[in-house]
Amino acid sequence: MSLFLIVALPFLGALLPGLMNSAGRAACAGVTFMVSLLAFIGLMTHLPAVMAGDLVTARLDWIPLLGLNVTLMLDGLGFFFAMLILGIGLLIIAYARFYLSRDDNMGEFFTYLLLFQGAMVGIVLSDNVLILLIFWELTSLSSFLLIGYWKHLPEGRQGARMALTVTGLGGLAMIGGMLLLGQIVGSYDLSVILQNRDLIQASPMYLPALILILLGCFTKSAQFPFHFWLPHAMSAPTPVSAYLHSATMVKAGIFLMARMWPVLSGTPEWFMIVTTAGLITMVLGATIALFKHDLKSLLAFSTVSHLGLITMLLGTGTAFGAMAAMFHILNHATFKAALFMSAGIIDHETHTRDIRRLGGLRHLMPVTFGIATLAALSMAGIPLLNGFLSKEMMLEEATHTVLFGMPLLVPVMATIGSLFSAAYCFRFISHTFLGPQRDDYPATPHDPPAGLWLPPAILVVLVVAIGVAPFLAEPFIKVVTASVLGDAADLPKAHFKIWHGLVPALYMSMIAVAGGLLMLLVFTPALGIWDKAPRPEAKRIFDAVIASAVSLARRVIAPLHDGAFTRYAAIMAVTVVAVGYHAWATGTVGAPTRVVQPANLVQIAGWLMLVAATCALVVLHRNRLLSLILIGIVGLVVSVGFVFFSAPDLAMTQLTVEVVTIILLLLALNFLPNHTPVESSVLRRFRDGTVAVAAGLGAAALSYHYLLRDTVAPSISEFHLANSYKGGGGTNVVNVILVDFRGFDTYGEIIVLGIAALLIYALTETLLDGPVRARLLNRKPDQPRAGNMHPMMMVVMTRVIMPVVLMVGFYIFWRGHNDPGGGFIAGLVVSIAVVMQYMASGFSWTSARVRYPYHGVIGAGVLIAGLTGIGSWFFGKPFLTSDFTYVRIPPFEKFELATAALFDLGVFLAVVGAVMLSLESFSRLARRAHVTDSDQPMDIDPSRDDTPKAEG
Amino acid sequence: MEILVASAIGILTAGGMYLVLRLRTFPVIMGISLLTYAVNIFLFASGRLTVGAPPILGDATTYTDPLPQALVLTAIVISFGMTAVVVMIALGAYLGGNDDRVDDPVVEDAP
Repeated sequence: MSLFLIVALPFLGALLPGLMNSAGRAACAGVTFMVSLLAFIGLMTHLPAVMAGDLVTARLDWIPLLGLNVTLMLDGLGFFFAMLILGIGLLIIAYARFYLSRDDNMGEFFTYLLLFQGAMVGIVLSDNVLILLIFWELTSLSSFLLIGYWKHLPEGRQGARMALTVTGLGGLAMIGGMLLLGQIVGSYDLSVILQNRDLIQASPMYLPALILILLGCFTKSAQFPFHFWLPHAMSAPTPVSAYLHSATMVKAGIFLMARMWPVLSGTPEWFMIVTTAGLITMVLGATIALFKHDLKSLLAFSTVSHLGLITMLLGTGTAFGAMAAMFHILNHATFKAALFMSAGIIDHETHTRDIRRLGGLRHLMPVTFGIATLAALSMAGIPLLNGFLSKEMMLEEATHTVLFGMPLLVPVMATIGSLFSAAYCFRFISHTFLGPQRDDYPATPHDPPAGLWLPPAILVVLVVAIGVAPFLAEPFIKVVTASVLGDAADLPKAHFKIWHGLVPALYMSMIAVAGGLLMLLVFTPALGIWDKAPRPEAKRIFDAVIASAVSLARRVIAPLHDGAFTRYAAIMAVTVVAVGYHAWATGTVGAPTRVVQPANLVQIAGWLMLVAATCALVVLHRNRLLSLILIGIVGLVVSVGFVFFSAPDLAMTQLTVEVVTIILLLLALNFLPNHTPVESSVLRRFRDGTVAVAAGLGAAALSYHYLLRDTVAPSISEFHLANSYKGGGGTNVVNVILVDFRGFDTYGEIIVLGIAALLIYALTETLLDGPVRARLLNRKPDQPRAGNMHPMMMVVMTRVIMPVVLMVGFYIFWRGHNDPGGGFIAGLVVSIAVVMQYMASGFSWTSARVRYPYHGVIGAGVLIAGLTGIGSWFFGKPFLTSDFTYVRIPPFEKFELATAALFDLGVFLAVVGAVMLSLESFSRLARRAHVTDSDQPMDIDPSRDDTPKAEG
Repeated sequence: MEILVASAIGILTAGGMYLVLRLRTFPVIMGISLLTYAVNIFLFASGRLTVGAPPILGDATTYTDPLPQALVLTAIVISFGMTAVVVMIALGAYLGGNDDRVDDPVVEDAP
């Protein structure tokens, strides 16, 4: 099966549980199981290739220039982890089916689970570090959803938030580290990075990159000092804990350390950081675990401890250490998942996880007792179980590791860690299952149905099988180790054996087990000492850090972000002017290269009109109707200016847009007050005036400066002028740019326009559905209303002129390619023609005659434009490649047919639809339910309350 | 002539900026419209000013720069869309809250 499919299957499958939710719990779990099974089988098809040492890859170029390619690879290491993720995932799905109660939304749970599964598989199969980072963040997000699945539990939400914060921050650090690594090597492909050990380790950026990447790994894998989030994540449902915190998510950090092992390990920095962190975590986690009363907390800290053990092994930088680490990952995943599931069973059946309320369960729950005891003994390192083997290897490696120049430090610490590890395992067994039977369990314990105990039982079979016959696992682990080592080291010769002879590791093991039993005997006094000892409470510290970060952010933001829009605008304007002035003052200014063009009286007159209108607008802005007229003058002068400066297309566009804008603002003014009250103080107006003048001076200076100078580099306009006719078949270069050279731009723009119109429509609908509706209905117009709603002359005029305007629109549309015009302008012209009908004949009369909804017109426009673009694919050309030909139909002159015209048609329709939908939405606000609009032109408004007599 | 265009841009910017800093929605919308004119002319002028040489291919030897024109053309249409959206939001706020101030009212003793 393609690697892409293996990664994609869980993501695609994540849609299914939600869909199957109503079909029942069995169906819901069933499809999830099938999806995982399919991916698992797909993975297994690659087993022969992986065992042969081959590298399976899949590649898809995405953004090659950025080094962003979707490349996947499957080697021993990736296969190993993918197998754990999918294999244990299958058991977890089966287990969760029986674990979740009827009140839990199973579809939601399995959707999250599959998302998480897909993200994890993505991490372990990525060959590109950027893709890996994306999957990495996805695991943080999906695990957040899983940990917080029981939304009604505050601990669940807090635990999920803490996990997200810690792993998310680590992920951010890792992004930095990975980017540094990519910079050093010059490629983001893992397979390339892994070939460049010497280059990376010689680089001065090695240490920062190492620290950043390790931050990501340590947070994810709960290494000291980031171990605190893992126990808090235990408020998640047990299947989640068993999945995320035994086999998968917390192993992601370990995976990455193993993946990067060939290039990052072997240096003193790596050795010091990783080994120390691992060692501390191992001992600390084991010690805390012993004194935890919550079964899942105990297991959580034991997971922390075992992750520390694996980290320490990777930190030693020897091939044997790496092999032991890989072996322990396998063993830990089997026994720890089984233990979590057992804890879940106990919780499920006795309704408590508090070890102090348990005990004597061995006769009541014999099956669970068997499973949990075997798994726990394996974790304690008892011979003939798999935990013993890898722990022996760890102790063996510890005896050869010298940290801080003290040869005894690591072996002694490792022994202490193992001792506590054995002690909490024994406590887990004896305080839960052994001892006298009690009569105060919260619920009557009994063994669960097979659905709950079978998944852990399968894992325990593995625990025993590997423990008794380690040679079964040896070839596989060696293949995995070989892919971890890469070219950096040779595969160790050692074989997996139960009996190594009387080596130091065996004595250390014996001390650990004996010490563990002893610790169990003195547990009660030890607990007394532990409870009295002062310890930092991680959650409180974390909450305090978060709270102080929030208050710091508030203090920074509050003065800047106080909800006053005018304030932001002023701050931004001043900043822009200041930065611009700084650039001006510190840069060099070239001499003018263009001559000043003389201005004649007409131009000065136009300028005077513009200035006068603008100044009048500022002074008289309180009269809103007047300000509309003034802004109309500004728009007209600007249009004329465009004509004068050789931009006929712009002039036509500006003129038509001006018309619809004024209509729009008039419609809005119908509802808004007609007058702006005097509110701001003189001082404030002076301040605003100063800001405005500064901004204006800046804009004028900048414009004047560049109007007198040529562009620094030759612009690409020459290309457009030269190719417009040859390549685009049109002589109106502006139009050819719009529909051809930059057609994709235009395509995006008509979509934006359509979205704006739909937004206006949606806002109108919301307003009309809410309390505003009543207010609108009871509104008393503040102006005397016209006696004749639809004046006869205007009605006749607009109806007569309609076909003429449409023809003008048609003409402007067709000439657009060669002469000023085109889809935008034609669309605006036609919109004006339709709006005139609304204005003259009324809303009802017009809407009754509109055959197509404007939404549809927008959609048709975008669709036509898009399909025109797609059409070029069929000719093997890129999106929106245009073609044209000249045809001659006898009575007419020779004319041109271009696919660009079809695209322009799309633009035309989108513009008509968008403009009409906006204006129609506005006028719908004005419609009043109890006043029936007359269908006839020329009628008297019955709702008018002023009588002719009053007007005299 | 350059000074006329540059000063026009400046005056439109200054007027627009002043109106944007007003406290009611309608003047702010007017101000945004003025700023739109200023920005559009500014962009247009980045092709430098040419009189009597429209970018319609023919027998002429010089043409004005067509690229800024194409960009400004769509900008004009989009700015209509944006104005309409802003007006709609302003209208919705006014109808919903019976108040057309742009600033949040200052809340005393905010938590």
